[in-house]
Amino acid sequence: MATVVQAIRLALHVGETRLGVTDIFGEDVGPPLGGVFTQSQGLDKAWNSPLDERGIVGTAIGLALAGQRPVAEIQFCDYAFNAIDLMKLAGGICWSSGGDYNCPMVLMTPVGSGIRGSLYHSHSFDGQATRLPGWKIVMPSNPLDAYGLLLSAIVDPNPVMFLTPKALLRAKAGPGERIPGEPDDDRALAKMIDAPLGDRSKWRPEWPDVKDHFVPIGKARTCREGKHVSVITYGRMVPVAMQAAGQLAGEGIQAEVIDLRSLHPVDWDAIEASVRKTNRVLFLNEDTEVTNFGEHLLRRTVETLFYELYAPPRLLAGAHVPGVGLADSLERASVPQLDQVVVAMRELAGHQA
Amino acid sequence: MHALRRASVTTTIPREAAGSDGDEALAPQLLVRMHDIMVRARCLEERLIRMNKQGDGYFWIGGPGEEAFNAPLGLLVHKGQGPQFDYLHLHYRSSATLLAMGADPVDALRQMKSTASDPYSAGRNFCNHYSVRKWNVVPVSSPIEVQFSMAPGTAIANKRAGGKGITLVQGGDAGTAEGDFATCLIWCSRPGLELPCLMLVTNNRWGISTPASEQHGEKHIADRARAFGIKTAVIDGNDPETAYRELKKAMDYVRTERKPFLVEAMVSRLYGHSSASGANFVTDESDCLPLFEKKLEERKVLTRAAMDELRARTTQELLEASKRVREEPQPAGAQIWEHVFADRDLVGEGARSHGPAVPGNGAS
Repeated sequence: MATVVQAIRLALHVGETRLGVTDIFGEDVGPPLGGVFTQSQGLDKAWNSPLDERGIVGTAIGLALAGQRPVAEIQFCDYAFNAIDLMKLAGGICWSSGGDYNCPMVLMTPVGSGIRGSLYHSHSFDGQATRLPGWKIVMPSNPLDAYGLLLSAIVDPNPVMFLTPKALLRAKAGPGERIPGEPDDDRALAKMIDAPLGDRSKWRPEWPDVKDHFVPIGKARTCREGKHVSVITYGRMVPVAMQAAGQLAGEGIQAEVIDLRSLHPVDWDAIEASVRKTNRVLFLNEDTEVTNFGEHLLRRTVETLFYELYAPPRLLAGAHVPGVGLADSLERASVPQLDQVVVAMRELAGHQA
Repeated sequence: MHALRRASVTTTIPREAAGSDGDEALAPQLLVRMHDIMVRARCLEERLIRMNKQGDGYFWIGGPGEEAFNAPLGLLVHKGQGPQFDYLHLHYRSSATLLAMGADPVDALRQMKSTASDPYSAGRNFCNHYSVRKWNVVPVSSPIEVQFSMAPGTAIANKRAGGKGITLVQGGDAGTAEGDFATCLIWCSRPGLELPCLMLVTNNRWGISTPASEQHGEKHIADRARAFGIKTAVIDGNDPETAYRELKKAMDYVRTERKPFLVEAMVSRLYGHSSASGANFVTDESDCLPLFEKKLEERKVLTRAAMDELRARTTQELLEASKRVREEPQPAGAQIWEHVFADRDLVGEGARSHGPAVPGNGAS
């Protein structure tokens, strides 16, 4: 069973061999490294760029305008901030030209905390990304969705941002999350597509014959059904919410967990249906809490579903401080932890009609 | 042609260089054609300025003073759609380039008037912010110099296509202080991966109100490209004959060698930065149009009367066109939802109603 990072690599392979991807590029994306997280090892179209985020985003735009299919990478989203105006331009090309041009590009970047990344390898980007109209924003939480969302991003005629939760890159697929065509044995897959340590100049991957699997952009996934409280989340917080729901089941609380997978366009129908069913909702993510994407969802909930609610809707998100501190105690105090999620869900479930 | 090579390495600006030093004379028909474009571009800009001052448009920014460089540029473009043809990353002073490529000047009036019929932005953007996909003119944007970060992308596509198509990217002198200028120099000159990109810096010595002499210590902006092994030329951009020859030479090099080249053209800025600074004619900078007309008259290529008649007629035609454009409909408010995405018209989330976005209109 593939990990998230292997699933990304498989999707990029499918992209360059079957879906017309012309360029996979960014800092250290090409050989010999194949990406700081190994996500682009062994790919034919992968190449190294100068250490220049503005150049990476700008070149991707130029490639897209010239009919190519680029997948560009910013090595960590923490380094994407100097390229935000270029992202804004990419999102505005179709609109500002009155539909004359479109800009089919994928921008991948790892986000979030959980790898002891200190101040500048722990940022989230969902707040900034969802402030960029004209972009589609996706964020997988497991290997199969990573594979399927990336395939959909590649064939989309618009700029699509593919946010990868760093803490989940080595997460393995759960039951029912096998990529069609991948070997059953995960050691066999690693042997086929993971580059060896040391000299890899002669190494070539042996790609499994993985099949098409497109996860539609804008469609959430119900990870667990329940009737007492809904948790609306994405990315790294999905497994945390699932763990919390498992704990609460022992107390008789049946929690519903929804993995949005796409932040824009968001699957509002899925959120609305879940809130109408459970009447209690927690929005959960690890980005800083002021002007947080979850606040937007909470606002829509209050405006349109107010009379469905048995409890005040809640947002649990990261502390609004300049960075995620390196010490374990600091990181734990900065981003939502399992015990806090359990407490929030229990409290919501305790409210009666 | 030897004199041209000399011009490309000289450190002083070869003012009034055209027609001397053994340069091949350009055919009279070409001179007449360039003059025609320069006159029409000047008349267009003057009409745009007038429209803005009369309330038929919210803002003016444009290219009076760059016609002698931009007109030959447009004539030399290998025009078409796709990477076999030239890509153009222009700036908002490129009206003469567009006219030389065959653009209808009335479309510029439409963009000034923000009509729904504006083909460049459907009433959304400032004047002189063109987008013409069928000619590889990528959308002009207001942020300075960002086009220099996009140019390597289209240049990679040009190189990959294997034809003669190149990428042209143009900006002013002040914008070269942005990191995007360095991006273009670096990405286009990677060893073994050089890109067919012609960088064009039209140097008018101004950044809005700030003189370049206060902000730039380099002698020529082009000198910065030489550190990357990029060939350069510093030319008199107020002389269309010089501009034509130097651009042709630079383009031939980029088309054939598939390597970058930078042309720095010294030009004028004849109506200030934009309407924000008044858009009034300045008298202390060289005006390329009368300078060229004097030569054409002396060489008996065109008569004074013929040139005066062309200008008067064009001015009148554009005046009448602007009156017609005034009657064309504005875009409907609900059209803000169009073209957010190429494959769906509605934003979806955040769009609480499909109707016009009017605050306090009961949208909730």
